Amino acid sequence: MRNGLRHLIFVLVPVVAAFAVLPWVYSNHLLLFNFVVFLVLAQGINVIYGFTGYLPFGYVGFFGAGAYGFSLLVLHMHAPPLLALVAGALAALILGIILTPLLRLEGAYFSIASLAASEVVAQIISNPNLTNVTQGPYGIRLSGVYAPRFAYSVAVVILALTLLMVVYLRNSRFGLALQAIRENPVSASMAGVDVVRGRTIAWLLSALIAGLIGAVYAWYISVFYPETVFDLGMSILAIVFALFGGTATIVGPISGVAILYGIYNGIGIATPQYFQLIYGTLIMALVSFLPNGVLPLLKRWGINVP
Amino acid sequence: MSPDQSAEKTPLLRVDKVVKRFGGFCALDGASFHLMPGEVLGLVGPNGSGKTTCINIISGIYPPDAGQVCWLGKRIERLPSHKRVRLGINRTFQVPQPFLALTVRDNVDIAATYGAANGKQTDTDAILASLELDTYRSRAAADLNSSQQKMLDLARALATAPRLLLVDELAAGLPQAELQLVVEHVMGFIAEVTDRVIVLNAGHEIFDGALSEAVRDPQVVSVFLGGSDVC
Repeated sequence: MRNGLRHLIFVLVPVVAAFAVLPWVYSNHLLLFNFVVFLVLAQGINVIYGFTGYLPFGYVGFFGAGAYGFSLLVLHMHAPPLLALVAGALAALILGIILTPLLRLEGAYFSIASLAASEVVAQIISNPNLTNVTQGPYGIRLSGVYAPRFAYSVAVVILALTLLMVVYLRNSRFGLALQAIRENPVSASMAGVDVVRGRTIAWLLSALIAGLIGAVYAWYISVFYPETVFDLGMSILAIVFALFGGTATIVGPISGVAILYGIYNGIGIATPQYFQLIYGTLIMALVSFLPNGVLPLLKRWGINVP
Repeated sequence: MSPDQSAEKTPLLRVDKVVKRFGGFCALDGASFHLMPGEVLGLVGPNGSGKTTCINIISGIYPPDAGQVCWLGKRIERLPSHKRVRLGINRTFQVPQPFLALTVRDNVDIAATYGAANGKQTDTDAILASLELDTYRSRAAADLNSSQQKMLDLARALATAPRLLLVDELAAGLPQAELQLVVEHVMGFIAEVTDRVIVLNAGHEIFDGALSEAVRDPQVVSVFLGGSDVC
């Protein structure tokens, strides 16, 4: 557990402190918020893909479920934001439970099935016949609870909790058992690991993480459409950030977000189509040639990546 | 072991009329045998006779289509593998199946943590040392050669302190476990380590007894060497 303490002090604390302080010195708060969102989503991908080996292209479905769970409680029950946040997390968790049978699939089949599932949820929510409930395709307006500073602070707290979770997985027996499942499910069961339970917990954890940050996202921007929060592009970005840095580590997804999302914001906003092409190609290249990401290459020089 | 002796003691493992089909192929066709306390049983037979399928059924990789598997008097054929491991059953694989990206040490520690039968504590360092893997403990399992990976499979199985060890073509000195079911092609090895052999052919047993008697059994001889029908 001494490693865990080091990871907390040298990774979690600086990252969280940076995002707590940056709003005072940097004026583009929306960009900072988006960085927090992608840090959380990339770590959520890390939990389910890095540790357990399931790559969900439809990960954004949990994000959207969180956003709508939050919004519906605010719209219909006039719930305070923090309570609505719990509803957002629950919505993602319930969607995760419903989709648990997808874990019976493997590899690309799982990825595509999760993508389809996310699309199904998006289509149901944007159905014009459900306008009374979900506002259908016309989107959500939450001007009553608009409080970007408060929402940003909560997002940073969620980032801290998510990093705490990944530090735990990186340093615990349970995290090791999840990696055993990723490496070889049959051998994992012969090592006494309950494979179904382990991968279900990881799946629901990653759903919970995306649901929470999706709920805060809805709160922060307060005006959005179904396609905003069910945008496949968000899945793709979160996956490429996690894969690039290196999964099953703590700093891998963080550096992936810092480098690739930094470049994206530096030059990509003007020509997003090229970035979709480049990042799509990058995912294929990483999965094929560097499945462990870029950072673990440092191991060759004897540097152990936390 | 004579028949009246085995009638006195109850078998620890009993495989009873187990059937397993893969599509149209019947891998096990009513196979039945048992293991007595303290026994090392050899499972022999030509390729495709169902030896590995037997081990897969007993260890819970897949359920049988019919028949029973009883361990210590309780039916286990529907239990998931990890629960059987905790009841004291473990195995090796014909093709080694380590956790390639994890260290040798972690490979074994996972099993000691999650699979230890009845909460027993096993000394993973001693197990690694006894299998000559201790010098590699911090290396990734992927760095080992295939015979070392086979030893690592065995180390993982031993870390759960199994009472019954199912050994699938290990081709090396047998480890310590109370009961063993050994699948092997090297007959000299079988003769050396086993108390009794079961000869399988086409998914069911055709002989049960000492290997020295098996080689004189006309049906066994015809299965292994070919020849006219003797049934």
